[in-house]
Amino acid sequence: MAEALATVARLDGLGMITIRADLSRSGDAIAEAAGLAIPDATRISTDGSRSLGWMSPDELLLILPAQETPDAIAALEQALAAEHALIADVSDARAVFEVIGDHASDVIAKLSPAHLDALPQDGLRRSRAAQTAAAFWRVDGGFRLIGFRSTADYLDLVLQSAACPGSGLAPR
Amino acid sequence: MLILTCPYCGLDAEETELHPGGEAHLKRVGPEGSDEEFEDYMFARKNAKGVHFERWRHAYGCGKWFLAARDTVTLQVYGTYRAQTHAPPQDIVDAIRKVRPDWQPDWSHAE
Amino acid sequence: MTHTPPFRLARGGRLIDRAFQIPFRFDGRYLRGLRGDTLASAMLASGQMLMGRSFKYHRPRGPVASGAEEPNALFGLGQGGRFEPNQRATTTALVPGMILRSQNCWPSLDADIGAVNNWLSPMLPAGFYYKTFIHPRPFWKHLFEPIIRRSAGLGRAPTDPDPDRYEQAYALYDTVVVGGGIAGLTAAREAAEKGGKVLVLEQNPVWGGRTPVDHKAGEATIQALLDDLRGRANVTLRRNTMATGLYDHGYLLAREALADHDPNQGIPRQRLWRIRAGHIVTATGALERPLAFACNDVPGVMLASAVRDFIVDYGVAPGQRIVVVTNNDDAYRTALIAQEARLDVTVLDARDSADGDLPQAARAQNITVLTGSAIAKVTGGRHVESVAVCDQKGEGKHTGTIDCDVVAMSGGWSPIVHLYSHCGGKLLWDEAQAMFRPDPDRPPLGADGRGNVTATGAASGDLRCAGDLERAEGATMPVWCMPANAPYKLRAKMWLDYQNDVKVTDVLLAAREGYASVEHTKRYTTLGMATDQGKVSNINGLAILSDALNQPIPQTGTTTFRPPYTPLTLATIAADARGEAFQPLRKTPLHAWHERHGVSWEPVGQWRRPYCYPRGDEDRHAAVNREILAVRNSVGTLDASTLGKILVKGPDAGKFLDMMYTNMMSSLPVGKCRYGLMCSENGFLMDDGVVARLTEDTWLCHTTTGGADRIHGHMEDWLQCEWWDWQVYTANVTEQYAQIAVAGPKARDLLERLPGSIDLSQQALPFMQWVEGDIAGMPARIYRISFSGELSYEIAVPAGRGLELWERLQEAGRDLGITPYGTEAMHVMRAEKGFIMIGDETDGTIIPQDLGLGWAISKKKSDYIGKRAQSRSHMKDGARWQLVGLESLDDRVIPDGALAVDEGTNPNGQRKTQGRVTSSYHSPTLGRPIAMALVRHGTGRMGQVLEFPLPSGEVLKGRICDPVFYDKEGARLNG
Ligand SMILES: [Zn+2]
Repeated sequence: MAEALATVARLDGLGMITIRADLSRSGDAIAEAAGLAIPDATRISTDGSRSLGWMSPDELLLILPAQETPDAIAALEQALAAEHALIADVSDARAVFEVIGDHASDVIAKLSPAHLDALPQDGLRRSRAAQTAAAFWRVDGGFRLIGFRSTADYLDLVLQSAACPGSGLAPR
Repeated sequence: MLILTCPYCGLDAEETELHPGGEAHLKRVGPEGSDEEFEDYMFARKNAKGVHFERWRHAYGCGKWFLAARDTVTLQVYGTYRAQTHAPPQDIVDAIRKVRPDWQPDWSHAE
Repeated sequence: MTHTPPFRLARGGRLIDRAFQIPFRFDGRYLRGLRGDTLASAMLASGQMLMGRSFKYHRPRGPVASGAEEPNALFGLGQGGRFEPNQRATTTALVPGMILRSQNCWPSLDADIGAVNNWLSPMLPAGFYYKTFIHPRPFWKHLFEPIIRRSAGLGRAPTDPDPDRYEQAYALYDTVVVGGGIAGLTAAREAAEKGGKVLVLEQNPVWGGRTPVDHKAGEATIQALLDDLRGRANVTLRRNTMATGLYDHGYLLAREALADHDPNQGIPRQRLWRIRAGHIVTATGALERPLAFACNDVPGVMLASAVRDFIVDYGVAPGQRIVVVTNNDDAYRTALIAQEARLDVTVLDARDSADGDLPQAARAQNITVLTGSAIAKVTGGRHVESVAVCDQKGEGKHTGTIDCDVVAMSGGWSPIVHLYSHCGGKLLWDEAQAMFRPDPDRPPLGADGRGNVTATGAASGDLRCAGDLERAEGATMPVWCMPANAPYKLRAKMWLDYQNDVKVTDVLLAAREGYASVEHTKRYTTLGMATDQGKVSNINGLAILSDALNQPIPQTGTTTFRPPYTPLTLATIAADARGEAFQPLRKTPLHAWHERHGVSWEPVGQWRRPYCYPRGDEDRHAAVNREILAVRNSVGTLDASTLGKILVKGPDAGKFLDMMYTNMMSSLPVGKCRYGLMCSENGFLMDDGVVARLTEDTWLCHTTTGGADRIHGHMEDWLQCEWWDWQVYTANVTEQYAQIAVAGPKARDLLERLPGSIDLSQQALPFMQWVEGDIAGMPARIYRISFSGELSYEIAVPAGRGLELWERLQEAGRDLGITPYGTEAMHVMRAEKGFIMIGDETDGTIIPQDLGLGWAISKKKSDYIGKRAQSRSHMKDGARWQLVGLESLDDRVIPDGALAVDEGTNPNGQRKTQGRVTSSYHSPTLGRPIAMALVRHGTGRMGQVLEFPLPSGEVLKGRICDPVFYDKEGARLNG
């Protein structure tokens, strides 16, 4: 029996903070509080431990070790106290998966209409995975994918199914 | 399957990543409006054969609404632009005119 | 002449491997083929020419073609859940153990009783059903249609679930070339040289299209092209992949066969590719046309190209004595190949002369060529026995007879224009070649307004695209009827559409009866409406119609080409969206607990919510009653996590929420909650929920379970598109929290047992306030709100802690008889209190005023979404139905949705109505039925009795009353 195209594993222990603000006004303050550069549109910046993803022209998602979340929220709130901004802890609202393996991109390509060849190394793509919203970006050896907590089982099902051994997308 | 460029993300999104929102550039009629004005705003929609302006939301993406100038006959997309405007920007008008020189803008609602 | 073995030639067969025999079963008989065979070649090699029965007359039929256009050789394939009807023998690869069943015959293919229709055929002309069964009208619905439907339909649908897996995949290419023949491979090389990603799709397992069969050096030429393409990093070659349809903006669907009929591989059986193509090159080739001569449907009459395909590709001789009948040079290739295979060949050429390279080569091989000749009639029942020869220009007078077992016919070629046409590409009529071909000046357009499809090779009308391999050919002479002046008797035996049994005379009849449009004629005669979509019949039918209408072919036009090119199984379209993954099933953080505790689920949108938790022998009704009484008498817990939670923040958030809700939200003090109504711009109530003011500039808006995404989108729409200068941010934080309602007179007692920092006393946390703090070691926000009418708290904790809180509550409340309750208990309790439910009391046509919710509409505000609409005369009409309560007069529950009748009848003769039941339950609290209803002038009619006739004929009676049945003063929820 051939191997699965990639291993699909649920990842715990990540905190996530939604930041909505005028990025041109508050970018520097956010960058300082988050400890990461503000990513360009459709990109994600990372220092290995924390990542800061561009979600929309006025929305960022800070992803960090869960235990750092309360302090990061406090730092952001303080940094943006004088600005019109919204900071929300969404750590529990998400499900995170890692899709790792030589053919991880085949797994994503079966579920999302996103153009993977055009996804840069630091690209973050918001799209859908089968019938539910998802965002994904590249990590060592594959992809990290986030979706909504309530659809975690569904996501697991469709990801595992797309990784079916022997079903690689290379022409046969 | 329409493919439209989200002006916020710069991504070519396919129709399944988008949510349609009907005719663009409607001007809201509030409590002061007459019955006729309200009826026009609420119910009278264009059904253009040719140039048409539509609202789309990048629902499975950045979540932003944008507008598209599209030809309902040829399916040509003249351009997409951000929703925060009462009328299409000049470059969109130019793109339409390039293909349909006779086309007349209809900004009865525009300010 | 009789059909005699050997059918498998001693030599040849470029696609078969004679070392591997493959057994299969056909209608219970065991047969053998070779590896590389299609079902059709394996059947022919076994001497089985009879492969099916026609649809209407049940005439015996053999294969006509060798590819996707085959109209006759269709089988039921496989067993159980893997059974598939209408599988084409000519495109289905033979795999060991295959089980085939013939279709459209009973009791068997050989002795088919339905063949009696053949004798009735003069009574079953075109339009027979329309004419016969149109009157009297009711007979159609109740008598004719059920009988006809039972005997109609080709093949049988499988009854078991399909056990195989299917998947989809997305891809994007700069250029997609459809067709892996010489034209496609050449176009792919050109595209690859220009750069960009190139994909080449070939529907068959082998590359090359017709070239390796039609040209001696063809195979080597194709191989050289393939070698070149395989060496290019920007080219992907994909076999077994059929482009099924082309859609807007270069969206191409293609089906890849991965493990067709070979389920043991454990991989998906088929994959549907959803391809975005910058440019599409259709190199789909051409289809050969049959000729219309009498009895051209007898098994053994085949397309000339098919005869040579079977000989060259599979080493199968469809017959020993072959008559080639043609109007072009190409068919001589069949004659030459048959001759080389040591079969007997005669050529009848309808043209007066035939002097191209190929006819001359045929004559040089001592093949008899009769020019100006035609077939007057084919003789034979289940197999061709002979043909009567005549002059093409005459009326069919026999000039001789030729014994034969195969007729190889060629009426010229039609480019395959399906993909070009699917998305608006136009065709032009090429008089010289007698074909419709893509008009290069009117291609389908892409998003940029430029043509995005190019046809090439035979698909573009260039039938001689093999370049250096080609030989000089003479012109094709259009022949639509053979012989040209055939009388009615012969025309009535000339088949156009083999699968649907449409003959030349049927089209002529349609023309006589005034069907001038080809689209109407198609529907009247069913020409081209079978599972082959008329691939071999459309042009011939069109030519006959044009001739009858005495107008040129382009004026008659062509029918619309629609996807899919060949049938696609529904499972491939559904792909992984089946079974558990049919749609996303949304689960709350407490889902697993509910499941462990015997929950009975209720689907609410994509969510699953507990309906109730039956214990022991309880049915759902008993469980619901128990749960309600537990809440009313002690304490219960409800999983309310699915309620939408939207943060709204900013300097203009209050102003914004005043527009979103009918009531005033800007005046809500921090720390307090307010019930809010949300209407559409059309005035109708669309959502409701409790809004809490969290800080000076932050509100949290609760929505209904199904409403979170919709209402969040609604808010963003207005913020982005109407009031974009207002400073407001929203965030949908629905799934961040597990929310648990703790309701009942003992709710406070219970919560106070958990350690924590929060003062839950009436003074500290009165009704409609919220507070933040720690409970049981968790950060929580507690809302003092009630949908049950009892003392009630809703506690929100991070979703990841929800289960812990829920379990702590169950443990702490054990001695109180704490009872988890579900949505149905919640529904009954809210109805007892007269609270409305979106979707029960509302249906998209109800305004808040109808529901007695005028108190929740601010009189102070100059505007809110829906305000203008609610001032329309019809909205202020006093005759609108209003919400009331109903007391059943005889203790029976009046069914939900029951209509209250009024005096008189409407113009349709139906009884007038004056109201309807919107919610109806047995109330265990009150020990009697309760209901809510919308009734005309309802609030002014207290005490009046309404009648509700049921479908059974019974009439239930209900007395109008106040909709609040329980604790009118609100003492309990304020307790
Ligand atoms: Zn976008």
